[in-house]
Amino acid sequence: MKIKKNISGSEALIHCLLEEGVDLIYGYPGGAIMPFYDELYKFQDKLQHVLTRHEQGATHAAQGFARVSGRVGVCVATSGPGATNLVTGIADAMIDSTPMVCLTGQVPSHLLGSDAFQETDIIGISTPVTKWNYQITNAAEIPEVMAKAFYIARSGRPGPVLIDVTKDAQFDTFDFSYKHCTGVRSYKPLPKIDVTAVDAAAAVLAKAKKPLIVWGQGVILGKAEEEFKNFVEKSNIPAAWTILGVSAIPTDHPQNVGMVGMHGNYGPNMLTNECDVLLAIGMRFDDRVTGSLDTYAKQAKVIHLEIDPAEINKNVDADVAVLGDVKSTLPLLAERVASKPYTEWYAAFKKHHDIEFEKVIKGDLHPTKDGLSMGEVLKEINRASNSDAVVVSDVGQHQMIACRYATFNHSKSNITSGGLGTMGFALPAAIGAKMGAPDREVVAIIGDGGFQMTIQELGTIFQTQAAVKVVVLNNDFLGMVRQWQQLFFDKRYASTEMVNPDFVKIAEGYFIDSKRVTSRKELGPAVDEMMASDKPYFLEVCVEKEHNVFPMIPSGASVSDIRLS
Amino acid sequence: MEKNYTISIYTENSVGLLNRVSAIFQRRHINIISITSSVSEIEQVSRFVIVVRLTEAAVKKVVGQIEKQIEVIKAFYHTDEETIFQESALYKVASKSLFEERHIQNIIKESHANIVTVNTDFFVIEKTGFRHETEQLYNDLAPYGLLQFVRSGRISVTKDPMNIKALLTKFND
Ligand SMILES: Cc1ncc(C[n+]2csc(CCOP(=O)(O)OP(=O)(O)O)c2C)c(N)n1
Repeated sequence: MKIKKNISGSEALIHCLLEEGVDLIYGYPGGAIMPFYDELYKFQDKLQHVLTRHEQGATHAAQGFARVSGRVGVCVATSGPGATNLVTGIADAMIDSTPMVCLTGQVPSHLLGSDAFQETDIIGISTPVTKWNYQITNAAEIPEVMAKAFYIARSGRPGPVLIDVTKDAQFDTFDFSYKHCTGVRSYKPLPKIDVTAVDAAAAVLAKAKKPLIVWGQGVILGKAEEEFKNFVEKSNIPAAWTILGVSAIPTDHPQNVGMVGMHGNYGPNMLTNECDVLLAIGMRFDDRVTGSLDTYAKQAKVIHLEIDPAEINKNVDADVAVLGDVKSTLPLLAERVASKPYTEWYAAFKKHHDIEFEKVIKGDLHPTKDGLSMGEVLKEINRASNSDAVVVSDVGQHQMIACRYATFNHSKSNITSGGLGTMGFALPAAIGAKMGAPDREVVAIIGDGGFQMTIQELGTIFQTQAAVKVVVLNNDFLGMVRQWQQLFFDKRYASTEMVNPDFVKIAEGYFIDSKRVTSRKELGPAVDEMMASDKPYFLEVCVEKEHNVFPMIPSGASVSDIRLS
Repeated sequence: MEKNYTISIYTENSVGLLNRVSAIFQRRHINIISITSSVSEIEQVSRFVIVVRLTEAAVKKVVGQIEKQIEVIKAFYHTDEETIFQESALYKVASKSLFEERHIQNIIKESHANIVTVNTDFFVIEKTGFRHETEQLYNDLAPYGLLQFVRSGRISVTKDPMNIKALLTKFND
């Protein structure tokens, strides 16, 4: 590329973003990042900036954008409090492997370490929650560091990168040229594939009578949905998912046996402890998935397909570890497996499903009591969206209900804060998701608690007119915590009851079309009206206050101790 | 079973990496017995030598987390048997005891320690060796009054080759 003579560090930052294909960023200005914003003003036609109402919102919006689009999300903040406000979102992106680049302004380099106004050591603070971070104190470093930032954020197991730029480095001028990063010598994003490990995995599968696939987000991050589907179909092995893995294949796929984990389905959880081979694909055995490790799949041979070597044997020992990008390893394994009918094995899943249906699902989806259930709201959304929507959920009971009951036809459709469980995630993430997939319907499912953690992003929705459909499932409680209090703390509801404002009025204050629903007969029409709108829409559904989410594996218990009531 | 393991980390020479590495130990409540950082046999490549007491399963996981850091080229762990290792210690003693206490001179001679400096007020002895050797000298000198004592972290090389150069050349082509 041509050299741009004598441009400022700020202008260089913008050229770097454009070179990386970025056309949309989220952020919030302030003193130390003002030179950058001043340049941004000149590049408005090429690089759209969305002003969120809080820096945390900018990170979650960037995450939502990244998760639906598979592109790197970008957010910007000033030094000090602006930078520290990013931390939750960065930690969330780290644990959920979301590609994100955060740019922060920093005090001028001569003031570093002097406790200058709005100086915080954001490099020190963000180190444990970033895949990489770097402080630029010299404008000439910008192109190389930015190229490296994007490369690291998106390659291998993706993650967040933070680049802190001192104010003087934003002002200083230099001759700019850009070269994309194609490698960092101390970093191997893709482990070399060992074909003998694939052979070993195939040999184990050849003997399997009751194998179970548990897949995670690795399939989606690796853009390996096709390869995964082929493998699943070729092998005919029942397949269960983690909450970040769902939607990689359509929900109605006949081999989909449901969700694993704390509030997952009865069958895949129980049968984890009966399978003879557990084939983990792009998942990391989070404790919310495994329950107690001492009693997790001890009878099974474990095959682990994983891109990150540090995940092998971290929580669950693998009998066969197949390192590599699942997009490459799944076809190799598919070549080596033969289909078996597994008739009785599938019947076991069916039997467990029938039990769960009677004890849990029927009541969730077809309640006979007066109060509205969260499950029936999801059922209506599935119906009205034809299972084509992106569902962005917050954290709590409604999240588990959304993950359990939302149905998907397309990949990258279940956007939720999995590893960190960040309340307040959904509203801003939905904004980012809508912008990352403008042609798709985006529905946010949020509890009354989490909604109030980032409620100010209604302002961002109003200003940008991002046509997100916001559904608040209002139970006037911090429901998930209340559920634990009921079950494990003798109903001592310490600080979980919420006295809530009139949410519809608040939405109206932001000029967002809105409606409140309190009865079953209003629900279907209201959801239809919401989905028919091509504008932002706010729907509050007042649901039963003290409903519990089941099944449930009490924390620290075995997957086999899953409770249905 | 817990054992002493020496973790050797070859890294790019970058600011802040120590913070990244030490956070990995801190998060898991692992006590670092000693840590040393220096240049390595390769230009521009630094080397950390960290000693911890852990089970092999735990040290493996920690090394996995360390290797995952972008600027870490490679990390290894070794048992004491697999390495040649030493520590250095400095002992500062009042000069008058050197002249008044004949016995001190014997201690120094027998321990194969070196006298680094002597002046009218104090003298400094250096001893490099295994922990029990520097400790022995410490115990021997303590009765005569140590003005200051300091011991370095372990430095260690492995008996087997590490092949970092080969790794880096592979990257370059
Ligand atoms: C930032 C943050 N603070 C606290 C928690 C702990 N927490 C998990 S679920 C939950 C309750 C959520 O309540 P609400 O948003 O109303 O959703 P519900 O469970 O009622 O559906 C809380 C407080 C959390 N996950 N995140």
